[in-house]
Amino acid sequence: MLWAEYDPLANRRLAILSPEGQMDEGWRPSELDDEALLHLYDRMVALRQADLLALNLQRAGRMGTYAPTLGQEAANIGSAALLQAEDWLVPSFRETGAMLLKGVSLKLIYLYWMGCEWGSHFPEEVRVLPICAPVSTQTLHGVGLSWAAQLKGENWVTLIYLGDGGTSKGDFHEAMNFAGTFQTPTVFFIQNNQFAISVPRTRQTASATLAQKAIAYGFPGIQVDGNDLMAVYLATREAVARARAGQGPCLIEAQTYRMGPHTTADDPTRYRSEAELKTQERFDPLLRVRLYLENRGLVNPETEAAREAQHLKWAQEQAREAEAAISYNPDEIFDYHFAELPPYLAEQKAYCQRFLAAKGESAHGQA
Amino acid sequence: MAKLNMVEALNLALAEEMARDPQIILLGEDVGQLGGVFRVSDGLQAQFGPKRVIDTPLAEAAIVGTSLGLAVGGFKPVAELQFMGFLYPALDQIISHISRYRNRTRGRYSVPLVIRMPYGGGIHAPEHHSESTEALLAHIPGIKVAIPATPYDAKGLLISALRDPDPVIFLEPKRIYRAIREEVPAGEFTVPLGQAQIVRPGDQVTAVAWGSMVRETLRAAEAVAEEGVSVEVIDLRTISPMDDATVVASIQKTGRGVVVHEACRTAGLGAEIIARVNEKAFLSLAAPIERVTGFDTIFPLLKLEEHYLPDAFRISRAIRKVVNF
Repeated sequence: MLWAEYDPLANRRLAILSPEGQMDEGWRPSELDDEALLHLYDRMVALRQADLLALNLQRAGRMGTYAPTLGQEAANIGSAALLQAEDWLVPSFRETGAMLLKGVSLKLIYLYWMGCEWGSHFPEEVRVLPICAPVSTQTLHGVGLSWAAQLKGENWVTLIYLGDGGTSKGDFHEAMNFAGTFQTPTVFFIQNNQFAISVPRTRQTASATLAQKAIAYGFPGIQVDGNDLMAVYLATREAVARARAGQGPCLIEAQTYRMGPHTTADDPTRYRSEAELKTQERFDPLLRVRLYLENRGLVNPETEAAREAQHLKWAQEQAREAEAAISYNPDEIFDYHFAELPPYLAEQKAYCQRFLAAKGESAHGQA
Repeated sequence: MAKLNMVEALNLALAEEMARDPQIILLGEDVGQLGGVFRVSDGLQAQFGPKRVIDTPLAEAAIVGTSLGLAVGGFKPVAELQFMGFLYPALDQIISHISRYRNRTRGRYSVPLVIRMPYGGGIHAPEHHSESTEALLAHIPGIKVAIPATPYDAKGLLISALRDPDPVIFLEPKRIYRAIREEVPAGEFTVPLGQAQIVRPGDQVTAVAWGSMVRETLRAAEAVAEEGVSVEVIDLRTISPMDDATVVASIQKTGRGVVVHEACRTAGLGAEIIARVNEKAFLSLAAPIERVTGFDTIFPLLKLEEHYLPDAFRISRAIRKVVNF
């Protein structure tokens, strides 16, 4: 129903929870009672603490380049909250919160950014694809996964994340076209955070919205306030339900704002002003849920100080566990290319071992 | 036993393996009702239904990229690309993901799929339908690349590829799709990936080739045999991993070598093979190894292609040159 009413071509955007924390209670679905809502909010706070700690770890030299989710907590949590265990989540690289909610530990996510492949070795039952750096290439994997469900008669739905920049790439359009042609149970979720590193959304496309791109592929698209947990949740709820009912794919454009740098290697002061950032702080997705919950007497400054401290402690523990789990075994460079180590790689592995042994014996590893 | 050409042998391999393994599905452009532009999947949609033999929209990156998702979702996809000249949009998916998924996830996910495509020149085709860029693929870690040169090997190698737990690129020399007919047994047999074969024993010169160049090289060996020159012809059969042991052992016996490929000369696989021989059998060499290859040029349109492609004449000249060094 939302999809018919919120026609992106008619410039309609779904927004429910205001920046001041006000909303029409009529929108609230029955399963999202106070406890459930508080849980989603709690996940948003955990995500923010995990992000802030990652930035600190990177500055301290304890982590490699990191892509923070700051400002995109509602888009992450409000969408992934709708997935069941059997469903697949296909991230790009700014979905720390969505991955956490789907069962990937923060330890593994940190381990990945610390530079260790074991960070993408998720537990067997966690249906999440690894973080994907080449923009939009993962959209095709997600369509393949949902196509597999359809061909096998399985019930799983696939939620694919990409960014506004990702909509410019051919892979995205091929993925949309396959999804539409085969009517796969796919939800495309665009985190439109306004920037592809430094290039603004207006430089990616002449389309008035990203949501309307779905229409050309024969399925619906909707634009939502991506900093509004309720709007993200409700749009994804309907999209997932449609997909699961065999009604095919849809596209959600969540209009959000990247409050941090693209990655820790980026310097956003070169392309956006302090004033712009200040303006955006008013639309912080965390703030409005907190105000809403405060109005209902569910949280207060004391509970929130405790919550932040508790999540920071959790993130610190996860970071320590990740550091303890880092593998420094050079054999692993070779061991995971094929099911069986082929002779030519066994030969190169043995060479590497001899070389490293000789290097260890020579004074300070000098040539 | 039936005498089959390569197209029929490939079709038989697919039909038998699809009957054996319900996870195998075929997808690509025109693979369904038409049976593929070269008819490799002829009759398979009628036999296995449109859910297992799927005509897709015309988009190579998507055919290969969605195949990764289908593989992780439990299928064994066989993606057909219509010509190697149209591989390149899908190369990103192969290099960035398909070859890396097992390593990226430390074995959590693997991508057991086969990507088939006709390659090579010699059929008077339009532009982009004759290239032979297998060296690009041999340079990518994490994949295997097989190239049959006979109907028997085509069936046996394809069955091996279909049963392999890792991604295999399967290049089919379209020039000899229907040119050779030989006994190909029905039922199960495999030709292992990564094993070259001595297709003609000899003791004076080693000649290494693959794909349609095996036939040209055998013709050249035949021609120089009349002059009393004994050539051992090796069909590499898999270019990645490359069975250099068979090549090196032969060179140690003959002391002389010729490498033949229709791909461009510079940074072609001939260079790799010569480097490996130099590393492992340098002192066995009585003469520099000669390369007979395509030129470092764009593959010409059909009126000039016969001058581009190595043939028995050029190969036999190279053989005489290394013998008379």
